[in-house]
Amino acid sequence: MSHSESIASRGGHRALLEVDGVVVRFGGVVAVNEARFDVEAGTVTGLIGPNGAGKTTCFNVISGLQRPTSGKVWFDGRNVSNTPVHRRSKMGMGRTFQRLEAFGSLTVRDNVRVAADIHSGALPLRRRSAGKVDIDALLERVGIAEYARERADSIPTGTARLLELARCLASQPKLLLLDEPSSGLDETETDDFGDLLRDLAAEGCAILMVEHDMDLVMGVCDTIHVLDFGSIIAQGDPAAIRNDPAVQKAYLGYSDEADEGHPVRENHAQSGGYPGDEYDTSTDLPPVEATMTLPAVGSGIGRGERR
Amino acid sequence: MGSFLAFTIFGLVTGSAYAIAASGLVLTYATTRVFNIAHGALGMVLSFVFWDFSVRQGMPTLLALVLVLGVVAPGIGLLIQRVVARGLGDAPVSVSLVVTVALLVLSIGAATTIWPNEARSISPFFPETSFEIFGGSYITAHQVLTVVLSLLVAVLLYGLLNRTRIGTAMRASVDNPELLKLFGGNPERVAGLAWAIGVSLAGLAGILLVSTVGLDYYALTLLVINAYAAAMLGRLKNLPLTFVGAMTLGLVTSYASGYLPTDGVLNQVRNVIPALFLFAVIVLMPQAQLRIGQVKGIVSAPLPSPLKAGGWGGATLLFVAMVVSVVSEANLLLVGIALTYAMVMLSLVLLTGYGGHVSLSQLTFAGVGALAYIKMGNTGLTGILIAGLVAALSGVLVALPSIRLTGLYLALSTLAFGVIMDKLVFNADIGFGSNGSLNAQRLTLLGTSIESTRVYVWLMAVFFVGMAWLLLLARRGRLGRMLIALRDSQAACGTLGLDARWFRIGLFAVSAGMAGVAGALYAGLRGTVGANDFLYFQSLILLLLAVVFGVTSMTGAALGGTGLMLLPVLQSSYPAVGGLLFVVIAVGAILLARNPNGLSIYLFSLGRLADRRLGDVVRQRLPELPVPGGSLAGARQHARSEHQANEDAERSLGSVGLADDEELLEEGTRVAQ
Repeated sequence: MSHSESIASRGGHRALLEVDGVVVRFGGVVAVNEARFDVEAGTVTGLIGPNGAGKTTCFNVISGLQRPTSGKVWFDGRNVSNTPVHRRSKMGMGRTFQRLEAFGSLTVRDNVRVAADIHSGALPLRRRSAGKVDIDALLERVGIAEYARERADSIPTGTARLLELARCLASQPKLLLLDEPSSGLDETETDDFGDLLRDLAAEGCAILMVEHDMDLVMGVCDTIHVLDFGSIIAQGDPAAIRNDPAVQKAYLGYSDEADEGHPVRENHAQSGGYPGDEYDTSTDLPPVEATMTLPAVGSGIGRGERR
Repeated sequence: MGSFLAFTIFGLVTGSAYAIAASGLVLTYATTRVFNIAHGALGMVLSFVFWDFSVRQGMPTLLALVLVLGVVAPGIGLLIQRVVARGLGDAPVSVSLVVTVALLVLSIGAATTIWPNEARSISPFFPETSFEIFGGSYITAHQVLTVVLSLLVAVLLYGLLNRTRIGTAMRASVDNPELLKLFGGNPERVAGLAWAIGVSLAGLAGILLVSTVGLDYYALTLLVINAYAAAMLGRLKNLPLTFVGAMTLGLVTSYASGYLPTDGVLNQVRNVIPALFLFAVIVLMPQAQLRIGQVKGIVSAPLPSPLKAGGWGGATLLFVAMVVSVVSEANLLLVGIALTYAMVMLSLVLLTGYGGHVSLSQLTFAGVGALAYIKMGNTGLTGILIAGLVAALSGVLVALPSIRLTGLYLALSTLAFGVIMDKLVFNADIGFGSNGSLNAQRLTLLGTSIESTRVYVWLMAVFFVGMAWLLLLARRGRLGRMLIALRDSQAACGTLGLDARWFRIGLFAVSAGMAGVAGALYAGLRGTVGANDFLYFQSLILLLLAVVFGVTSMTGAALGGTGLMLLPVLQSSYPAVGGLLFVVIAVGAILLARNPNGLSIYLFSLGRLADRRLGDVVRQRLPELPVPGGSLAGARQHARSEHQANEDAERSLGSVGLADDEELLEEGTRVAQ
């Protein structure tokens, strides 16, 4: 279903988020190629694809951290393609990062507090009184209340991801962009996390999630978009995606031994992460996606996203 | 027409020398992401080495040139890369800027120590030879050589980057050093080569310019402004555009010196053309994108509880009161100067310690404050306040052009600002007058002017403590949290809805305002002030000392201020060590740059250590007290568990063992009780 059709079929009604033919080129490399997809309010949408497929770049374009070479992003019925990052956030967009961006020298509680402060207006004059956030309740809900007083750079990776989610929720977003939120979580934590996502969606929040844990993706998503070489190669509900030949080719078509999981994982670990996050070259990789059923292929080098 | 041609030729020649310097700057920055503020200073040192070889030791010119550019310069470059600059590209901009500022000060300190101030000159190459060109203009062989060399540098650099394997690696290293490593490249070797070539080019430019500029410690050091004004046109990456920028700058400078009137304000403009050019280019630069990637490894100095801060503030006031009541009039002045510097360093605590930004002209803001205070003629508290506001406004003017750019450009703007203000305002009639000074009145409180210097100095201490309290209050509140958050991750702040640009400008303004208040108080202290009280070079020393003593704590600011006050005192009592002191400060700053908490953090841990060691002894010697449990063993047990709790609390706060918030420690103690 093409974009124009999708609008027509809904009588001109636009989805909460519409990515409209976005292209991102880094020099000669096309990181995102004519990507088109919608995210509806009150749903969980998955964005999956092999490493280096352009998922994080897509997120950067949607949240405003990367200017697209061409194409548009519509949010809440408005063209936000030229809107700066902070204003998109004010409109109700929130995101987490694949490479953690917690405020390391603040405590976990203060991380969320800052977000609530920013949300209610940075300067006292412009402070909004409405929508006061209960920080402790938020930490409790996400399940990291016990870490509240610890410095954010001393907590485990999985916890830090949940912290980023809590921080995001403090700004009461309409759309949540989650970049690999479950890596670093154990099985029970992942289950709880899935429940939390469903709850949030039930409250009306739209969630777009890049995720490698296929059990989680298949379990919680209403719709899944598959990205490969920067293009959307399939969209549909989990069952349709699971049986889509193009998806199977994208995931399995490159190497048979990828089925084993191991070679792929080693490759991933050596690569020092994803080229999309070009600056952070530290070695504290997120733990590899052990529960992946459709393994990610290759490390993304060679078709990486560079600035 | 003839003179126009002459000025054009002269402009192209100067432009060629700038181009050589600028291309070295671009090469190092592009391959290692370290912007070398000391680029001009290294050129200065190498010119001195060249003088030493060719004039003092009498080597043949060519031999000296080859030795300097082929051996000494690459050696220095490699040494810097190996010892100082390694890993600096990944560090926050504030760290790499401080390190290269330290290199600059180190170069000047070393040069003044090795080659004490005396008249020296280097004659141009082939001094006898010149060629007549149309219209009766002459071009000297030295000038021809300069142009030819710059073209040669351009061709060789192009060949190196585009035609050789290591050049490809260099270009790859610009994009992603980690990936380069994966493909078998060696980023370290690439960085070493870039530094070696970069320093050689700085030396070549310096040596070519020295016959016109003169062998001077500071004039050649400031060459870096010309070089980066040119490099900025190529966005610090593009070599051809850098050459265009250098030629344009050379021509504009040359025409300005030929056609601008020799009296009035415009006369001074010619000296600041590179800085103005730089501002123009910065304004024209396209918007930079928010940097993704959090800043890691910054451990904040412990934040004292309000009670503790109050106690220390009171103690400081008492201490200063005691000091000012006993010292002589001359030393009284020194205490006042120390307090001035300490206040300026407080403004750096806000800007650099909390905010992660660097200013290379903080004393210039103090000068603006002093000037505003004097010109306003209002000696009440409002006068001080207005001085602060004017300085804050000038801070906004500096920060505004780089609003869309990254922290590096902001810092470079401040350097240009320092030079412009010094030449165009402070030394002009609208300022203190050329080599002149202005008289300032003391502050008037409750209708009485404070004529007693003792009282005035104590009042300055009140201002210092008041500012420190305000800072700590702000740090504890929501603005403080936002500042730290913005320093730790700009991208996250952006996606949470914070407009980092205006926040940064506000931060810069407040910091400049604090420095302005310090400047106004200083004017009152001295009675007469001039441009020499606010030299931009002194701003660099101030920054380094702030880093050495700790730019995150009030203690660091107080100690740093005292240190900066003592510097000229030491230099005048021991003239021989004058330059060496710069070297010591610079080395200290290089060692401590990665830990912005500086020396004062060790002081804090010393205090805690003493408490732990001695506290136990004291507790054990305590007579048997009616504690719960009743026995001495119980009391010991109690003391030990308290100690244990303290340690646990510290350990839980990260490997460095420092509490971000001392309340936590107190909490731990309470729990143990």
